[in-house]
Amino acid sequence: MELDLAKAKEFYKGMLLIRRFEEKCVELYSNQKIRGFLHLYIGEEAIAVGLMSALGEDDAVLTTYREHGHALARGVRAKNVMAEMFGKVEGCSRGRGGSMHLFDAKTRFYGGSAIVAGSLPLAVGMALADKMMKRKRVTVCVFGDGAVAEGEFHESLNLAALWKLPVLFVCENNGYAMGTALKYTQSETDIYKKAASYKISSKQVDGMSVTEVAKAAARAVEDVKDGKGPAFIECLTYRFRAHSMFDAELYRDKKEVLEWKEKDPLLAFERKLQELNLWSGINLKEFEEEIKGVIDEAVEFAENGALEPVEDLEKFVYSEVSDG
Amino acid sequence: MDNATTYREAVREAIRKAMREDERVFLMGEDVGRYGGCYAVSMGLLDEFGEERIIDAPLSESGFTGAGIGAAMNGMRPIVEIMTVNFSLLALDQIVNNAATLLHMSGGQFNVPLVIRMATGGGKQLGAQHSHSLEGWFAHVPGLKVLTPATAQDAYDMVGLALADPDPVLIFENALLYNAKGSLDVEATPLPIGKAFVAKEGKDVSVLTYGISLFKALDAAQSLAKDGIDAEVIDLRSLRPLDDETIMNSVKKTRKVLIVDEGWKSGSVSAEIMARINEQAFYELDAPMERVCTVEVPLPYAKHLEDAALPQVDKIVAMAKKVMGES
Repeated sequence: MELDLAKAKEFYKGMLLIRRFEEKCVELYSNQKIRGFLHLYIGEEAIAVGLMSALGEDDAVLTTYREHGHALARGVRAKNVMAEMFGKVEGCSRGRGGSMHLFDAKTRFYGGSAIVAGSLPLAVGMALADKMMKRKRVTVCVFGDGAVAEGEFHESLNLAALWKLPVLFVCENNGYAMGTALKYTQSETDIYKKAASYKISSKQVDGMSVTEVAKAAARAVEDVKDGKGPAFIECLTYRFRAHSMFDAELYRDKKEVLEWKEKDPLLAFERKLQELNLWSGINLKEFEEEIKGVIDEAVEFAENGALEPVEDLEKFVYSEVSDG
Repeated sequence: MDNATTYREAVREAIRKAMREDERVFLMGEDVGRYGGCYAVSMGLLDEFGEERIIDAPLSESGFTGAGIGAAMNGMRPIVEIMTVNFSLLALDQIVNNAATLLHMSGGQFNVPLVIRMATGGGKQLGAQHSHSLEGWFAHVPGLKVLTPATAQDAYDMVGLALADPDPVLIFENALLYNAKGSLDVEATPLPIGKAFVAKEGKDVSVLTYGISLFKALDAAQSLAKDGIDAEVIDLRSLRPLDDETIMNSVKKTRKVLIVDEGWKSGSVSAEIMARINEQAFYELDAPMERVCTVEVPLPYAKHLEDAALPQVDKIVAMAKKVMGES
């Protein structure tokens, strides 16, 4: 992957949008505009941006409840994501999903699942359909390190490998399944090795480096589309914020958080661009203004959005089938 | 029409027809291919359609049921076979948390046109992990449809109806019925999902039932006729949606109700039907409603104990007489 200035701008802006969007979400949560669970992605932005850069529009994405970043990086519009969190009908799931269940047919974004590992079998099936119909697509499934302890993780990896399905598994290993560190839940903490044991081509990368993720994802997507079967990428990362808005963070050391903040994906990328003499081409102020505009517009859109009429409560339990 | 088709053959023929007509249809489950299906339903299909469409899955109920959901969302029309209802509990997460919710959670964007078939019911001395009737649990869940074919005709028709439905449909095939023979007219227009069928008209008491209990209820009706009681027997066919209209019409006619449900009483389909009659037709009743269900025990192995636990013809007759005020 060639990192030119255009790409550098795209990556930086993509990560900054997620960061600023979520900072706004925290504020709106405090103001009680957003309710329910709110799981922040801050610190992990490099993965979503790097990963989505490798996908084409025909590819599909399935993810978890910590998915604002994935949705934005995939191209779901910020205003529809924000409206969703406001519970408005203009939301990307018409206010039926909320923060944890963002869906968008246009970008083939098949949602955040709030059952840990619950979307892995779905990704296997999506890929099975593509293989059966001989479509050259990849289905990407993103999940956290907590998913690795679930049976569905193992069932899905086995099925994908056994049937040589065009699916890319991406594990965002942020070190904690909610508040329990990986070392307390896994006998093997190098997660990519588990995938390798299913004979899946697997790799561990620095999840704080957008270019490393993008590079690994591009190669994996190419291989998967070439019919080489599933691929697996473990991204080592860290969540800077609490698990959700109800987390006092008693389980981790402040020092550890500070150490990881040194590896902040935005700072890390800035350092890299400086090394490559590309940083001078980035007008940070311009980016900040542009993103502020996008977010302000999203908030205004969400504020002015409509509430679905209560009479429509029972819609979408079953499909509306025309009698012809 | 003759009585030449087994329930098993009816299901198989329906799958075969669907697979010939629609390349999106495939069958996936444990032992459906090389073995021919645990209950031999898919025998011979592998030879005709090949292993790409008759897919032997590993013992990963959650994995392959979820894969069925994913494939359905991505344009296919999968039929997932789960060996027995007890094993479906290993896939409960996928069925309840994904198949039933995705359309609603996505604000109507992603429907799941998936068919899940599984064997259900007791009576084969298979003990407490292979004999239960848990279809009522699934009928609790909005977003699912729950079908319970009793006849060879319905066994055939319901596969096609389920595949034509845009949403997840679960078909519960009572394992004791696979060898049962019945008439099959493949040209007949199927009775739609959600419609009950009056299997025997009568004027004195409504016996509401489904699945294998239909035949026990019909036998009981014959016995009751000898005592001058004209029972109406209704095959519910679909537990979700329930056909309230047919149920209430029958209640209005007979004014007496007996429900026969192979599930346990507590929190069951029978309880739901009683509640609905209470809500919609209470003043039509001339007597308290009664029910015959499986005794609340994990089904035992020993034949005499299992027989005692399940609904039987004599129990249905006795309870019908009680409803009639004759016991």
